[in-house]
Amino acid sequence: MSAPTKAQVETARELLASLGDFGGHIKGDDIAHLEVHGNEVVGAHLVPGLQVDVDQLDEGIEAWIHLDKGARIAKPVHLCFGMLPTEGLQRIVMHVEAEEDSFASVQAHCTFPNAIAVTHKMDADVVIGPGATYEYFERHLHGAEGGVVVVPKTRVRVREGARFKTEFELIKGMAGVIDFDYEVDCDAFSTLDMIARIIGRGHDRIRISETGHLNGEGAKAVLQSHLALRDDATAEVYNTLTASAPHARGHVDCKEIVQGNAVAKAVPVVEVNHPLAHVTHEAAIGSVDSKQLQTLMSRGLDEDGATDLIIEGLLG
Amino acid sequence: MGVLELRDVTLELGGRRILNGLTVDFWEGHVHALIGPNGAGKSTLAGAIMGLPDYRHMRGEILLDGEPIQDLPVDERARRGITLAWQEPARFEGLRVDRFILAGAKERTGATVRRVLERVGLDPEKYAARAVDKTLSGGERKRIELASILAMEPRVVLMDEPDSGIDVEALTRIFDALADFKERGATVILITHSQEVLKHAEHAFLLCDGRIIDKGNVGRIDGYFGDKCISCGHTNLPTVEELAGVAE
Repeated sequence: MSAPTKAQVETARELLASLGDFGGHIKGDDIAHLEVHGNEVVGAHLVPGLQVDVDQLDEGIEAWIHLDKGARIAKPVHLCFGMLPTEGLQRIVMHVEAEEDSFASVQAHCTFPNAIAVTHKMDADVVIGPGATYEYFERHLHGAEGGVVVVPKTRVRVREGARFKTEFELIKGMAGVIDFDYEVDCDAFSTLDMIARIIGRGHDRIRISETGHLNGEGAKAVLQSHLALRDDATAEVYNTLTASAPHARGHVDCKEIVQGNAVAKAVPVVEVNHPLAHVTHEAAIGSVDSKQLQTLMSRGLDEDGATDLIIEGLLG
Repeated sequence: MGVLELRDVTLELGGRRILNGLTVDFWEGHVHALIGPNGAGKSTLAGAIMGLPDYRHMRGEILLDGEPIQDLPVDERARRGITLAWQEPARFEGLRVDRFILAGAKERTGATVRRVLERVGLDPEKYAARAVDKTLSGGERKRIELASILAMEPRVVLMDEPDSGIDVEALTRIFDALADFKERGATVILITHSQEVLKHAEHAFLLCDGRIIDKGNVGRIDGYFGDKCISCGHTNLPTVEELAGVAE
């Protein structure tokens, strides 16, 4: 990647400024980062053990992220994807390979502060080598209009003894339309930890599909979806976990708080194909728990403040 | 005149009269105990004073500093200084202990969190960032709830069965918190069956069938409760003779 131009630096600065408190991350030579505005890389810095190649597409980028064997990236790698204009399409195609025994924690921020009609698509394939750990935290920051369509689709292979942890968070701003689709295959003694935390407001439409396949002996997975819906927002959550190897263990947890005219639907699917495997699930949809509410109100919080705090906990 | 006065408070739930024309004063800075058999109306009374939604349709008056509060919602009563420690504290998935404590705290600082956690015998380093959820034992949640109330610095504290489901260490810490409330001049109303808890009260009220049937010295009231109420076959309703025998 070539050095960014002055105009690109300015765009990167504006993009990061839209992240608010989350935008001050790129200081320091030991912190890797990549900023993409539309289909343009406007800022980047790499550290030893981490390689990133980017091709420009018509309406986005295609990136190859590679972690060398045994590389331990000490500080979180920061990615920032976004668009400042009110309209447009950003398509991110990402190929990630974490080689054996490597480690990286990636913090991705997706920002669309002015969106009225923006589509953000992510197609990712991730392979995590034996004994490696790859963490991917994706936080979305949207504007007040909710004019964003977010379509993240990711396929992951977690090799023997490897660990994949991922979080998807959209708490600030209007969600718009979210169609989240993650599917993960887990080899022997690997670990999968996946959580989506979303607040839906207005006319937001949210669809979550989290799927994990525990294919190898002793593989473990936890799939969690925690949503709070207000106004006329709707959500459908499909959590699927299959276990087909001895001592595979998994748990599915879906919790949704529904207020106003919001509508929520949860479909947990657990499938066990081996007598020594074990998978559990729980799903709870409803209004804010009255005892929690009354407890906080008996400390002096009004109903809205108490509700916000309960939701903060659930999504925190 | 008490800091908190109830005048002819009556409450029916599910067609049954739970509080029955109850009149009582609670004195500023004193520790009171409400004792009585199961179903006598003790927890209902606490809920009515706090203004919990299930108990808002009561009749009669509740006065704080002489001003009626029976029409105020829970949060407004709390802002005026009344609060409730629940028999079974709520669990809050994901909500950190420090956030919970500071939610109603008078001074919202890290120093407050540390002070109140230490007061209830919990190490702030270990507990402040934990969630108030099922990973905590019942005793830990009770102590954290009391820590949150200490941070609030209330004027009237209702404590519903403070000793239920906890170990000796936790109970000791709860008594420490009780001492703190008293030192700060708060009015405490203990709802209890426990003689251990009763030792910390200065006045006792015997509640039966939604009425106060006796009040005064803790030892005497507890003695009556032990002698008469526990073996009472009158489904929480004393006989006329019994009532006559205890009336002041």
